[in-house]
Amino acid sequence: MDSALIPKGVKRCPTWQFALWIGAAGAVLLWGVVAMLLCWFKGLNQTNMNDSYGFALWIWADLAVIALGGGAFFTGFLRYIVGKDELKNIINYAVLIGFICYSSALLILAIDIGQPLRGWFIFWHANVHSMLTEVAFCLTCYFGVLTIEYVPLILENRQIDKVPFFHRLGHNLHEVMAVFAATGAFLSFFHQGSLGGVPGVLFGRPFAYREGIFIWPWTFFLYTWSAAACGPCFTILITWITEKITKKKLVKQNVIELLAKISGWMIGTYIIAKIIDTWYWAKVTAPSAGFNLMDFYSNNPFYGIWILILEIVICGVVPAVILISEKGRKNPVALMTGIVLAVLGACVNRWVMVLQVMAVPVLSFESWAMYYPSWQEVATTILPVAYGVILISFSYRYLPIFPQEQELNPEA
Amino acid sequence: MVIDLDKCTGCGACMVACMAENNVPFKEDESKKLDSITWLRVYRLTNGKSFPDTDICYLPRPCQHCGGKGDHGHSPCVSVCPATATDYSNDTGIVSQIYTRCFGCRYCMAACPYHARYFNWWDPVWPDGMEKYLSPNVSVRMRGIVEKCSFCFHRYQIAMEKAHYEGRGELEENEYQTACTQACPANAITFGDLSNPEHAVYELKKNKNAFRLLERLQTNPKVYYISGREWVRRAGDNYLKDEKK
Amino acid sequence: MWDMSHMVFMGGLWYALTIIGLGMTYCIGKAFYDTFLDKGKDDHHH
Repeated sequence: MDSALIPKGVKRCPTWQFALWIGAAGAVLLWGVVAMLLCWFKGLNQTNMNDSYGFALWIWADLAVIALGGGAFFTGFLRYIVGKDELKNIINYAVLIGFICYSSALLILAIDIGQPLRGWFIFWHANVHSMLTEVAFCLTCYFGVLTIEYVPLILENRQIDKVPFFHRLGHNLHEVMAVFAATGAFLSFFHQGSLGGVPGVLFGRPFAYREGIFIWPWTFFLYTWSAAACGPCFTILITWITEKITKKKLVKQNVIELLAKISGWMIGTYIIAKIIDTWYWAKVTAPSAGFNLMDFYSNNPFYGIWILILEIVICGVVPAVILISEKGRKNPVALMTGIVLAVLGACVNRWVMVLQVMAVPVLSFESWAMYYPSWQEVATTILPVAYGVILISFSYRYLPIFPQEQELNPEA
Repeated sequence: MVIDLDKCTGCGACMVACMAENNVPFKEDESKKLDSITWLRVYRLTNGKSFPDTDICYLPRPCQHCGGKGDHGHSPCVSVCPATATDYSNDTGIVSQIYTRCFGCRYCMAACPYHARYFNWWDPVWPDGMEKYLSPNVSVRMRGIVEKCSFCFHRYQIAMEKAHYEGRGELEENEYQTACTQACPANAITFGDLSNPEHAVYELKKNKNAFRLLERLQTNPKVYYISGREWVRRAGDNYLKDEKK
Repeated sequence: MWDMSHMVFMGGLWYALTIIGLGMTYCIGKAFYDTFLDKGKDDHHH
């Protein structure tokens, strides 16, 4: 029925099957939309946030999704600036995933602020000393760049490409794509970093506060690094899931392994820097405010020392070792284990720096604040996942995302 | 502001006065305090010992109006607000909150170690007729924005206006006092200009038993506490187990 | 007003916006020109 829209030379499932799939995802999306509307019309009392817990589940999701969307900028950087041409076979998907991640982040932010209609104040009344201002500007600009990188893919749809103007536009965009990718990498460096700066500058919260260089706390650089390291892993993970659902190989294994290898080295170097930073913070920075390391990990039911071990050892050192070693990359189980652990590592890191920060008491006569999300928070956090599934489904069905798909799946 | 913790009885009159003075909204069911708004909150501290050595202390905590590192006005909250909705005044030392500018990102709440900032999770609902006796000098806030103690800044404005009409530039000590200071039946709270030698707080802050909360974080708060009890002074900050004060 | 923070922030922001603006102007402008104003060109047969 919609075969005219499907790229040439590839097979897609029947339209009714596709419609059912979209319907199912759409139902989840609708649930998220209802929760979103509840938050907008009734206020943030719909969540379980309180004055001790001003940042909650969806802010963690926001940060995690931006970190994982880092695959887009880093793959683009590797392909266009460093010149790893093989990555052209996965860059389209990385861009699409990045687009979904960043649009989700912007949506979550629109829901999270208390007065969404005043959201533009962050641009109009910007305080340049605040990390969050930097985040807002760079995020928005970079989302623009991602849109520019996604548009040529849309223009390559069989029917749209027939229109001469769109065809030429797509061609021109491809011509200068390196410039956009470079700008995207520049912007990403800063907003991924500022997101790290958000907890790092809080000198009133010894758990979060880090020293740094000039105006940038060390978490600034650690966040950019971890986004560059774990973002490509997320791209690989989504590619793997897509291949499992569509039951076909979409990207050649050597491309995956190249990205995994680079990722592994990035994670390895990152985790060394992270360990040094954590050690210095535990030995010097926090004690100067009167806190021992274990003060941050005791007397509460949830945040034990296990979370530090999980983040740094299990989800940091282990995936680095797996992905750096060629044997690890060639073994499918080891590879996917490493990938999943790396993705988890970025998520745990963002959780710790946002939610554990809010839980840790600072005044000596305060106690730990515990928190669990409300259903509205869960629904609005799953909303971007449903949206991502739908957008990927449409893009996969109608756009030539994977240049190697035809080669890997010759017509029977 | 200087608060004598050895005089505070924990009666809460200061909290009530503050809420009445500043049109602080309240929920129908106030039993869950985590999302209640209390610009001034009285904490109950204990020395953790069992009978007969148990001791308790009540500690009223308004916004500390931090001067930040080096006392240059880089309060933890002012530095992080993305919309410049909170600002430090070099004249008064007060950290202001601009309700019409705030869009409720709550970054300032994350930054404040004293939990002095509160978010309007709901729109205010005043019981029937109460809108008529809200204080006309303090704007009412809507949901989705952050608010906090302002050291009754409207009273400062009123006092300055009066002084201006009378051709003066300076205020007498008793012309500008916060609602909590005036409400305390034990006179535990003293309010004034910390840098004016003629004000009581100028001398009080130099008391050998005076301390500020979380001094080690270098927030440079304006609120000094006095207590003759060592454990109370020690509770004002965090120390490693073997550290002496 | 114009301290280092401002310089870094505004410099970076306007640098990025300028590049994006120039890039998009080129792409859209050239495509527009080639399609509607330069009917002689016939380059969409690959």
